[in-house]
This record gives sequence, C-alpha cells and structure tokens, in this order.
Amino acid sequence: MAPDPDNIESLVSRRYEHGFVTDIAADTMPPGLDEDVVRAISARKNEPEFMLEWRLRAYRQWRDMQEPAWAHVHYPPIDFEAISYFSAPMSDDDRPKSLDEVDPKLLETYDKLGIPLHERARLAGVAVDAVFDSVSVATTFKEKLSEAGIIFCPFSEAVENHPELVKKYLGTVVPQRDNFYAALNSAVFSDGSFVYVPKGVRCPMELSTYFRINAANTGQFERTLIIADEGSYVSYLEGCTAPMRDENQLHAAVVELVALDNAEIKYSTVQNWYPGDENGKGGIYNFVTKRGDCRGANSKISWTQVETGSAITWKYPSCILRGDNSVGEFYSVAVANNYQQADTGTKMIHIGRNTSSTIVSKGISAGHAQNAYRGLVRVMPQADGARNHTQCDSLLIGKKCGAHTFPYMEIRNPGAKVEHEATTSKISANQLFYCRQRGLSEEDAVNMIVNGFCKEVFKELPMEFAVEAQALLNVSLEGAVG
Amino acid sequence: MLEIKNLKASIGGTEILRGLSLNVGAGEIHAIMGPNGSGKSTLAQVIAGHADYEVLAGTVTYMGKNLLDLEPEERAREGIFLGFQYPVEIPGVNNAYLLKAAVNAKRKHQGLPEIDAFEFLKLAKEKMALLDMDPKLLNRGVNEGFSGGEKKRNEILQMAMLEPKLAILDETDSGLDIDALRAVAKGVNALRSPDRAIVLVTHYQRLLGYVEPDRVHVLSQGKIARSGDKTLALQLEEKGYDWVREAANG
Ligand SMILES: Nc1ncnc2c1ncn2[C@@H]1O[C@H](COP(=O)(O)OP(=O)(O)OP(=O)(O)O)[C@@H](O)[C@H]1O
Ligand SMILES: [Mg+2]
Repeated sequence: MAPDPDNIESLVSRRYEHGFVTDIAADTMPPGLDEDVVRAISARKNEPEFMLEWRLRAYRQWRDMQEPAWAHVHYPPIDFEAISYFSAPMSDDDRPKSLDEVDPKLLETYDKLGIPLHERARLAGVAVDAVFDSVSVATTFKEKLSEAGIIFCPFSEAVENHPELVKKYLGTVVPQRDNFYAALNSAVFSDGSFVYVPKGVRCPMELSTYFRINAANTGQFERTLIIADEGSYVSYLEGCTAPMRDENQLHAAVVELVALDNAEIKYSTVQNWYPGDENGKGGIYNFVTKRGDCRGANSKISWTQVETGSAITWKYPSCILRGDNSVGEFYSVAVANNYQQADTGTKMIHIGRNTSSTIVSKGISAGHAQNAYRGLVRVMPQADGARNHTQCDSLLIGKKCGAHTFPYMEIRNPGAKVEHEATTSKISANQLFYCRQRGLSEEDAVNMIVNGFCKEVFKELPMEFAVEAQALLNVSLEGAVG
Repeated sequence: MLEIKNLKASIGGTEILRGLSLNVGAGEIHAIMGPNGSGKSTLAQVIAGHADYEVLAGTVTYMGKNLLDLEPEERAREGIFLGFQYPVEIPGVNNAYLLKAAVNAKRKHQGLPEIDAFEFLKLAKEKMALLDMDPKLLNRGVNEGFSGGEKKRNEILQMAMLEPKLAILDETDSGLDIDALRAVAKGVNALRSPDRAIVLVTHYQRLLGYVEPDRVHVLSQGKIARSGDKTLALQLEEKGYDWVREAANG
C-alpha cells in the first residue's frame, strides 16, 4: 500500500495540539496507539500491503490483551497511551558533534571497558559523518557475505527486497498473540535485523549488529528474524558491551530463529542498557521475546546471553525442539546490581524424538537487586528419548539482594531424562580476606570470584565478546562490596 | 622487623589478646606454641589485618611502619604472608589465576611489569616440583575439594611464589603426612634468608626438627607466657602446657 498522505497529515496536526512545534518533533509521532498510528508507521516505511495487514492484525489482538503480572518484577504501571510509537533517527543536528560534547562519565566507562576510540564516537551517538571508521569495514563485510549468498540486512530492507521470505517465516516462531509485548511489537516494530543463510552455507564470519547499516537506530521495538536453511551455520552477535542510553524507557523486542534440517544457529547477546542510577531512577524496561524453532531434524540452536543492563529485564530465550535429534542450549549470566530487577530464564519444549537441551544459568545479585531464574522444561508425549540438564547457580554479593529460582517441569513422556541442579552461594568475607591477604584489592577479588562463577557461560561466547563481557561484568559490579 | 608492644585485641566483644609483646628480627625464625584457644590464630589474623578483630590497645610496627594503618592488601604487598590454618575454598576461581594475580599485585607495588605467562608457569612448576605437588592442582579451583594436606602445600606454594619478607604459618604442619611435612619444611628453609623472618605457629616439635627456630614462645591466655631457645619446645613436648601455666602463675 502506498503511504496515505492524509493520514500522516492528520497525525502531524494532532501533534501540534500537544505543542510540539520544532523540526525535530516532526520526526516523532504523538503519543498513543490506535489503528491510524499503525497505518502511519507502515506508510512511513513504505511497506507493502501484506505487512500493514499483518501489523493491524497484531494491533487488534494486542488491544484485547493484558500486561502479564506473573514475573518477579515491580514497576509503576506503564501508560501505553503516553508512549510515542515512532521516532525517526535523531537528526545529526541534535547529536554531539564530537566526543568533547559527550557526558564525561560515559567516556570514563568506555575507557574502563577498553573500547577503541573510533567505537566510542559511534556508541555515544556522535553525528554519523564524524564517525569515520566503520563504513569501509562494513562494505568489505557485505561483499563477502553476498558472495556466499547470505542475506544480512535491516528488517525493513528485507520486507522490500525479500518479501517472500518475510511472508513465509515472520511470526511463525513467535505468533502475534504469543504475549502482550510480542503483540505490541508485531504491531509497531521499528526495525531490526534479517538474516537468511542458504542451504549448506557456513557463514564465514560472526554476524554482528555492529556491521548492520543503520544499526544505531533500530528504536525501541526491534524485530529480528534469522533463518538457517538446511545444513547451514550462522553465529550472530547482538548488542554491545558499552552502556547504551536511550530516551525510550520501554523496550519490547522480538527475535525469531528458524533452523531447518541439520542447520545450526548460535545467538550471543551482551545486553547493557542503562540500568538507572544507584537509586534505580531512569533505567530501561526491557521486555523481550526471543524464541528459536529447531524445525528440522538434527538442528541446533544455542542462546548465550550476558545481561547486565536495564532497570527491569523480562526475557526468556527459548527453543522449540521440533525436529528429531534437535538440540537446544541456553547459557546465561544475569547481573543485577543496585535496584535492578531481572526475571529471566528459558523454555525448552521437547517435541521431536531424541531431542536434548542444556540450560546453564548464572545469576549474580548485588546491592538491593532481585534476580529471578524462571525456566520451563516441557517434554511432550511423543518426545521419546528427550533429555535435559539444567544447572542453575546464584551468587549473592552483600545482604540486601535476593535470588529466586522458579524451575517448572512438565514431563509427559515417562522415558524422559531430566536433571536439575541448583546452588546458591555468597561471596564470603573470608574468601575476600584470603584474596586480600594475597595482595589483591577487594574489587579485584570480587571480579575474580564473579568471573570464575561465570566461566562456563563465557566460554560459550566468541572469544572477543567473552573478553568484553568479562570487563563489563567488572564495571557493572563496581562498588558492589563495602 | 616486627615489633609488637602490649597488643590487646578482641573479637565479638571478647578480649583474646591481652597485652602481648613480641619482637622478631630479620633473618630469624620464631616458633609460637600454646594451648588451643590461647590466641595464636588471633595474633596471626590481627597481623594480617582481618576486619573482624578489633585492636583495643598496643602497637604493631613492621619495618618501621605502623602496620595497623595499612589495609590487608597493602600489608601483603609490603611482604607479609599468612599461611592460613584453614585455607578457604574459592570454587570456580582457577588456582593458577589467583596465584598469578597475587604475584602481579606484588610486582605492581614494586613498580615491576606483569609477569609473562610463560615465565609464570615455569616458575610455578619449579616450585611445585620442590614441594612435591601434583601440577594438576594448579588448574583446579582455589583449594576446591583439596585434601587437608593439599591445602597446606598450596599455602606453601603461594608463599614460595610471593617470597614474603615476613611469613606467618599458622599450623601449616598440622595434618600432614611425613612426606608432606618434609616438603613444607623444604619450602620454609628455602625461604630462609638474612633479610626475611618466619613465624611458625605449631603444636608439635616435629616441624621444628626440620626447621630449627631461633626463638620459641608459649602463648597462654593472650600473652607470651614464656620464651626460650629451641630447647623450650622439647621441654614442652615432655611436660605439657600446665608446666608453663604453673610457672607463669607461680
Ligand atoms: N567470633 C568470636 N567470638 C568470640 N570468641 C571467639 C570468636 N572467634 C574466636 N573466638 C575465641 O578466641 C579464642 C582464640 O582463638 P584462636 O583461634 O586465636 O586460638 P588458637 O590459639 O589459634 O587455637 P588452636 O590451637 O585451636 O588453633 C578462642 O577461645 C575462640 O573460641
Ligand atoms: Mg589456631
């Protein structure tokens, strides 16, 4: 469908009632959500009819849904009518012109994380033309990928250039009405990544959002779809260790992975959204639906995540083990410090025969934080020979934080082998004293113990990412003791 | 090197050290003996700077500095090493990693560059061979699941790598088999030098047969009740602590 100029016009005029008069505001829709807003979003993006219809269907379902209340997190009610559902990329005029204009505190953190200088500019949102580095790297990268026949592009570009793939797979892993936030995302998603790896192709490099053109501005409702065709392999890196600030408080992303016969997808995330200050003010709410479908026989999907950011994290990367002999893995480190709240975990749904899943969850709580692991292992009656191993460890730093474990098991096949191990430990004063007696500062001692605790997960991350993740953890827990 | 004057210290509101004085000179080896609960470990922990102990009175001077002003890690970097009576387990933290971090913390303090990974490993293997230690222990979690004897040997390995100026070994000889005892003695004797001092807290004469002390002290009820040369340890072995208590009271 072509954009409807009348519609945009009416929306723009409505904004004036709210008193937005500047040029910048012209890129942002007024708060609130109705069908017109959904139409306008779709029009802005020049989307084909099928996409608009899809969004509208999602919107109508969302309208009748309730926000979930079961997670172990607390926050003031979100006024969905007060949110603006479309904001175009910030114009260069509003961005800092150089690093000199960037908050020195942010720069200090970049320094601690060892982030290269040219990267800092990009992360801090310095105007694009001042960011000189990445263009040439990204170009060579794109050339290599297209040689292999791999599609890796912004989601909106995929809608335009590969509508048949989008139509075939979008919403097949996370149905629109899967949950409140997924429905909302389906209606108003801004942009995200699209990956298609053709049959038998082993993607020659890690695909990182860093190399996706326009990566900086996917907005608050990100949508990602990755398809690994038969016998293919891809490793995808999402996020970045540098602290990301965003003026949007609510983030509700959807990620769908599809692995066909003998295909493997490895999805690694380092999430470091702004967690709010020491008192918990101003942090990001991160409600994410991530799911992988091992659709083909012998397929494998593995999720590795390091979660240190956000005021509230609500996130359960899951695997549907549909294909026979398919394998699902979930490796997670979730850190909650100060007043952060994390409710995260996974779901492993065993449907095919001889399917196996592994869950390794490491939760670290410090300060006043609450950290919950919520995991579901479901074995369907037909899933003969299903196996699961769950290891769920919590580490507490200090006395005011909490760790909670909610393992759910629904085993409907008597032959299933399901094992669950859980531990809770504290960093003891005697451990710290022992390290200090050997010359380590208290902070180094905490970092060393925390990194030791997370080792099993870090080793699943691609090398460079692992090093960054380790540094990130250290920074996140700074001042956690004492 | 270490001068303790009239030291009084308490834990949980109970006064344990009640006016203890002790001088340890460079190049000397001192043995501290005394009944269970007399305050030997307390003394060691206070010197190392454990925060649970409150110093009520007295002074502790180490190489001319007021030791009580320093944080535990500063004391360690200045060359004080405590071999713990009960070494703590730190699961998940690689033994070699802690050892290397400790060596580097000290090198940094001395203005030296970090030790090269290769050199570190070579040195560690050398010391382990000297102590007759299984090299596999290097790649386990710190003391994680170590046997009692393995823990004690690990303390000596750390000491050998860190080359402290003042080493206090709190019952490092307890619970060791004959071979391990010899290995520990070898480690201690290797450290012996004119600019270092060693304090051995022990219940037994056996270690002192391998490591000859210059002075022997008996700690009783938070004070040094008696001091003497190496023959004092032999006398104690024979007569028990009552003899000292009686002598002190009478
Ligand atoms: N938290 C505490 N509160 C009260 N008393 C304590 C506390 N911790 C230790 N003590 C007491 O301090 C005293 C001295 O203990 P310390 O460990 O120094 O003895 P020790 O001479 O090393 O004995 P051992 O030969 O058995 O190792 C003991 O009576 C012990 O019970
Ligand atoms: Mg003791």
